[in-house]
Amino acid sequence: MHDMSAHAVHHHAPPTGFIRKYIFSLDHKVIGEQYYLLALVAVYIGLVLSWIMRIHLAWPNAAIHGLQFLSKTGAPGGVMTPEYYLQLMTMHGTIMVFFVLTTAPFAGFGNYFLPIQVGAEDMPFPHINMMSFWVTFVAFIVAVAAFFVPQGPPLSGWTAYAPLSALGEVAGPGQGTGQVLWAVSIAIFCVGQLLGSLNFISTTLDMRCQGMSLMRLPLSVWAWFITSCIGLTAFAVLMPACILLILDHVAGTSFFIPSNLVVNDQIQPHSGGSTLLWQHLFWFFGHPEVYIAIVPAMGVVSHVLITNMRRPLLSHRVIIYSMLSIAFLSYMVYGHHMFVSGMNPFSSIAFSFPTLAITIPATIIVLIWIGSLYGSKLRINSASLFALGFISMFISGGISGFFLAQPSIDIMLHATYFVVGHFHLVMAVAALFGIFAGTYFWFPKVTGRMMNETLGKIHFWVTFVGAYCIFMPFHYLGMAGNVRRYQAFVDDFMAPLMPVHKFITIAALITGAAQLVFLYNLIHSRFWGKPAPQNPWEGTSLEWSIPSPPPFDNFGGKLPVVYHDPYQYGVEGETSDFVMQDSPEQTNSARDER
Amino acid sequence: MAKFFAVTLAVIAIASAIPIVMHTWEPPVDISVHGKLIDDQMSETMVEAGICFLASQLVLAFFIWRYSNRPKGEKIRSFPGGAKGLVVAALIIVGLEVMALGAFGTKAWASIYFTPPSASALPIQVQAGQFAFYFRYPGPDGTFGPLHPEMINEATENFFGLDTAHDPDSKDDIVTAEMAVPVNREIHLLMHSKDVGHSFFVRELRIQQDFVPGLDLSVHFTPTKIGKYEIVCTQLCGLGHYNMKAYLEVMSQEDFDNWLKQQAALQ
Repeated sequence: MHDMSAHAVHHHAPPTGFIRKYIFSLDHKVIGEQYYLLALVAVYIGLVLSWIMRIHLAWPNAAIHGLQFLSKTGAPGGVMTPEYYLQLMTMHGTIMVFFVLTTAPFAGFGNYFLPIQVGAEDMPFPHINMMSFWVTFVAFIVAVAAFFVPQGPPLSGWTAYAPLSALGEVAGPGQGTGQVLWAVSIAIFCVGQLLGSLNFISTTLDMRCQGMSLMRLPLSVWAWFITSCIGLTAFAVLMPACILLILDHVAGTSFFIPSNLVVNDQIQPHSGGSTLLWQHLFWFFGHPEVYIAIVPAMGVVSHVLITNMRRPLLSHRVIIYSMLSIAFLSYMVYGHHMFVSGMNPFSSIAFSFPTLAITIPATIIVLIWIGSLYGSKLRINSASLFALGFISMFISGGISGFFLAQPSIDIMLHATYFVVGHFHLVMAVAALFGIFAGTYFWFPKVTGRMMNETLGKIHFWVTFVGAYCIFMPFHYLGMAGNVRRYQAFVDDFMAPLMPVHKFITIAALITGAAQLVFLYNLIHSRFWGKPAPQNPWEGTSLEWSIPSPPPFDNFGGKLPVVYHDPYQYGVEGETSDFVMQDSPEQTNSARDER
Repeated sequence: MAKFFAVTLAVIAIASAIPIVMHTWEPPVDISVHGKLIDDQMSETMVEAGICFLASQLVLAFFIWRYSNRPKGEKIRSFPGGAKGLVVAALIIVGLEVMALGAFGTKAWASIYFTPPSASALPIQVQAGQFAFYFRYPGPDGTFGPLHPEMINEATENFFGLDTAHDPDSKDDIVTAEMAVPVNREIHLLMHSKDVGHSFFVRELRIQQDFVPGLDLSVHFTPTKIGKYEIVCTQLCGLGHYNMKAYLEVMSQEDFDNWLKQQAALQ
């Protein structure tokens, strides 16, 4: 921690030209907005893909007008072929997991607010920061380019299991160029995340202003910091895995392809590789990735909730230690994705117990959130509604993990819609609720304008009820034995489940439409929203001590000095119930209960 | 607004639990010896998960109802017992119980994977490939002939790559597209894939096991009910994945013997 208040000079001058200001900007705030915008574009692409898939699942022979323009062979006359369903499914998963759930809550909000909340004027390596975004942008372009190559995107799912993903075109449409583009995109994406994580970690450890001890960091900063540490190790494993996959395609290697495979009656020219190796490498990244998506959302939700409860959480430290425990355990649980994969069955037991154990820190966090609501003075607005919705979704999705953590039950539920329901609730919907809570909460700070609350609440209601209508029935389908990744349910066994699929599709269309209300609100409020005051939610952390939108160097040339824990609410003042972190005013409020 | 949210949350929680309590959507009836252990484990987990789910959602809803938009003068209060009480509750109520559940659950897993098949188990080989399963019975000699992947040829229906001209063990092997087994006899299923990853899932048997290219895996089970059941692939294997299935017919020993004879005649 440096005392830089006396000589706070922004280490790069404010840019003047459009390109340096908005495109190749070094400013962490602009980079944060760029990440958010990228996620925004990605999430609507992912949403439309999910609509198309859901319509196809409910009405397999229906023509989706316009789809033929995306791929003449994939959707002749707008009717999707079986392979095109899988290709769109792969792109839905890839775009959502990498370019939305990783990009928005972590890289987007984190870039914008982490330096401000620690009291820094920027990140220590602004050029690396700029590079991290543009590398991620290139990764996105490469991923989307797969739509436009002959044979289209890969069909092997976002998990790209080998050897389907490694054999090339012979394994199926899109498994040649499309799959290589996928692997190149993800490898590039990993580089972007590694660069970003380095900046996050060094900003948190080294750029804190005077008085900002580690325990005085807001929970959002802790969440981004912990996520960076997870990301640094997880993406460092996925990147080489993708490089090896690319080599299997272009250099004739056999990292993931064993000997004597026969496709179309032809022995494949590969030998000696291991298909389980890909699964180990992928899930060593893949499970921590769940926490890369959800931990920042936990931080954002805690931050939003505390501000709106007008009290600190029952314990600041316990939340931090619990998030650290989740991060630590996240590397020991990945094998639960592979219980029936053919790995040693004793390993399944070894992976099962850490998976069950991770429910403990997760439960502690949830209980502290709920327990802190007791006796609070909860304010209801769009941001707090989404934060509360997050808790509900996280509980629902988390509890279905009790089942999937047990190898014996996984025999029945593996690869069924139960898994789809579980991870969509706990990882996707919960993280999206975190993104929405953060957006409604911080929008005034970023743009200097308020979002429309009425539209925000309409957005919340439809999304909250809609998400349950979509993802709860997924669990029921899975329990009944409905397997996933099928483009149509052609057998008698699944025919009785079709009404449930139709219900889900209708719910998905309505819930998706509500996201257009959010988009309208975002754009309209950006330009025509009510001007926002400096501190509309009466928050205490440093971002509320500076103008909305913040100036180029965040603190106007003089770094703040911090005197308090981050959440001094419930203070019995004459005019207000809170004390800002940088206010020298003494408080007699109850400190963190330790 | 807060009260409306609280009520909505409570209604969603209760509505979500109704199909579970009513057993609206359930797995098909178990037809295996080991399946009961899995089903019991599932039910016990459901009870615990259901209690945790309902309790937490309803308490969340109640606190939102009770503590939102309170008048200005009212003071902030803290949960009795504070964080310490909640940490202890999480450790004991959820942690210990979930871990215990996991520990008891290993019994079901062990019954399938930690015990070898008995010597009298009937060996059947299954090969998965894009997008069909093929089954092989060892014939009267009780021995499977060796596989020659380079001889696999769909046109001549040499699905396994058998060299019946040179390998005496292969001569009496019986290759089928459907799987038939005698009831109440242990089956030792020897699994391999010829191309990419696949999976063998029979819901009624409570068996799901991936095929891993390059690895020879096996599972064993004893079917207890005569009938026809679906075998589906659950590991994404390409464009025809959704249509990759076969049928398992569980028959009386007598019917099975006749079926095997008929299949042998067709080879």
